[in-house]
Amino acid sequence: MVRISIVLVGSACLFFSAPQQAPPAPAPARGPAPSLVRPMTPTKAPDAAGFLQRWLVLEPIRVVGQLTDSAVQAVVKKEYFSNQFTVIPRDGDRVTVGDESLGWHAIDTVNYNVNLYHFAYALSKPTSNVLFWAVTSVEASSDMSGVRLAIGSNAASVWWLNGQEVIGLYNDRQAVIDDGVSKRLTLKKGPNVIRAAIVNAGGATDFCARFLDRDDTPIKGLVVRLNAGGKDAVDTGSREPR
Amino acid sequence: MMSRSAAAAAILLLTRPFALDGDIGLHDPSTVIQADGKFYVYATGNGLPFSVSDDGWTWRRAGSVMQAVPGGRPGPDVIARGGNNSWAPDIIRVGDKYYMYYSAPGTQPKAAIGLLVGKTLDPTSPNYKWEDAGPVVWSDGVEDSNAIDPGVFRDPANGTMWLTYGSYFGYIRLVELDPKTGKRLYPERKPVNIAINSEASVMIFREGWYYLLVTHGSCCAGANSSYNIRMGRSRKVAGPFVDNMGVDMLQGGGKLFAGSSGRYIGPGHFGLLDLGDGVQKFSCHYEADLDRGGISVLDIRPLLWRDGWPVAGDNLTAGTYEIESARTGTALEMAVQGAPVGGARGRGGRAGGAGRGEGGPPPPIPAQDPAQVSANWPAGPVDVRMAPYMLQAQQKWAITPVANAGGYPGAPYFKITIAGTDRALAATSEAELVVLPAFTGAPEQLWRLDQLADGTYRIMPKAVPNSSDALALSAVGSSMPTLARFRADSDRQRWILKTP
Repeated sequence: MVRISIVLVGSACLFFSAPQQAPPAPAPARGPAPSLVRPMTPTKAPDAAGFLQRWLVLEPIRVVGQLTDSAVQAVVKKEYFSNQFTVIPRDGDRVTVGDESLGWHAIDTVNYNVNLYHFAYALSKPTSNVLFWAVTSVEASSDMSGVRLAIGSNAASVWWLNGQEVIGLYNDRQAVIDDGVSKRLTLKKGPNVIRAAIVNAGGATDFCARFLDRDDTPIKGLVVRLNAGGKDAVDTGSREPR
Repeated sequence: MMSRSAAAAAILLLTRPFALDGDIGLHDPSTVIQADGKFYVYATGNGLPFSVSDDGWTWRRAGSVMQAVPGGRPGPDVIARGGNNSWAPDIIRVGDKYYMYYSAPGTQPKAAIGLLVGKTLDPTSPNYKWEDAGPVVWSDGVEDSNAIDPGVFRDPANGTMWLTYGSYFGYIRLVELDPKTGKRLYPERKPVNIAINSEASVMIFREGWYYLLVTHGSCCAGANSSYNIRMGRSRKVAGPFVDNMGVDMLQGGGKLFAGSSGRYIGPGHFGLLDLGDGVQKFSCHYEADLDRGGISVLDIRPLLWRDGWPVAGDNLTAGTYEIESARTGTALEMAVQGAPVGGARGRGGRAGGAGRGEGGPPPPIPAQDPAQVSANWPAGPVDVRMAPYMLQAQQKWAITPVANAGGYPGAPYFKITIAGTDRALAATSEAELVVLPAFTGAPEQLWRLDQLADGTYRIMPKAVPNSSDALALSAVGSSMPTLARFRADSDRQRWILKTP
């Protein structure tokens, strides 16, 4: 996909995209994330293999990059910002973690996976010993039982669906399609919020996610909509000013 | 208190593969046939004795066929063509009828193969009886044939039906049968010779090949019997049947399928038991089971396929195994934080990551014992997941037969526990998996392990709580096992058992 100019989000260049506003400030831009683009449509369907390609991703939080079960659980369960387990952020929202202000970015990946290394590198953010939060909202046209959330992540990750923890993957690992798979669960009619915490110790970092039906076939008949924040949010929480 | 015989049986279960349970002493078994949820097998002996099993594992004697035949013996025409004996039957279901072919030898090689026709195999049914349909083939005592040991075959490719028969006097012969009557379709035609120097012939079909399985060697001498099962194959039902070295079975060829092994001497009388979903087993008898005083016994074993040939599999031996997904290559484990075997080591392998040092190679690292690493394991139920196999304690499973818990064709149910502990793999009411703190013998903790044609295993709980579905252990993802309906066309439910 070819975009014709660069939009700056927050303090750094993330995307190739159409110009929408003037750059707010000089940024230590490293160049655009080659696999990520700004969402240009209100909704986005999963790709042909059912992968969810639209996400809100928070700039990385610096953590100790230990990847054992207990270390990852401790890292992701620590509260870094208000309502971190319930908030449905909007593009451009900012939170403060320690003394650092971090922004949420709405992104579409052009691939099956979301390349967090591209994401962080383009923002001149660290890629090692970091924690990424990612959120998306998937709309189902009716209740769907017996489905599974299926993800891959580099490296460890913990995943929640509608507030329930459903997957934990630990130790150093590559993002393999359908590596971590939830037990059978129900997607309810309307929006369903997926929340992920990905911990990377070093090197490449990415994730992928899709839903499988009761026959383990990828589900494509879903709609990803990220404007569910604000008045439509499950829990808007308290936001810091943009 | 466990009886002495039960205790002995339990010990046998723990130490070796098993030749079924119950009253399994018989000789020259027919194909094992399923009917109305039961398994039946018919054998040589006075009046054609038969045995029945509810699960294919535990067998009991159920009487003799001739008790249900008018006159209580072979029909007069059969006796006239052969003699008043009843040996080595075979059986097939066609529509709503069962055809039983049996040997009625006189002074061999004068012999006949008679046909009995019945509508049910259940001796308690009011419809239970066998009607004499007369002789089908015979040998006159002079020709190069001994008309015993029938093997009946229905060609899945076109529905035609065939009978092979014969013993060491001359040839194994083939005639075509009429599925409507069970008798010869073309009685005027000369039987086709397809093999020599053998007996107990039967044919099976797979992927365009007809396989003729016969028994070579001598029978009926206990542990001194040289019986062994051999085979050839052909693209045509009438042969030529050629072995793996290109030798025609009419010239004595035959690739070995099963010979004596373990504590069993002289396998013979192959029979295919197709359980569906790609699960195939075979029945045979051993001339001598050394653990049962050297008597002849029935067995049921996995039927594998390799390079276009059937291979005799062995029933699972109790032991400690890695359970590896054929789909993902990851291994089943109890979901606890693992600890590296021998402790944390850096590049080069030295403890503390010191790398290569002075003084020669370091000492061996002992196997990881649960007692070393289980201090932080939860006391209650623990989830199950999959991970790269690294020889850790939570990844090693003891697979142990459970006495007096029933079984399935060829094997008893097993418990699957973390080796060195009593923590037991179980099915949940949500059709997922859990490791429970202790084995209780509940049906959801009993496991059936069927070896599939490629040598992998299908692993199924005896029961899933609140469900009547037959489900199998399934790799739904690289790190996630579950229970799902078995799909023969997928690696999802195929598991490789490796000894750690």
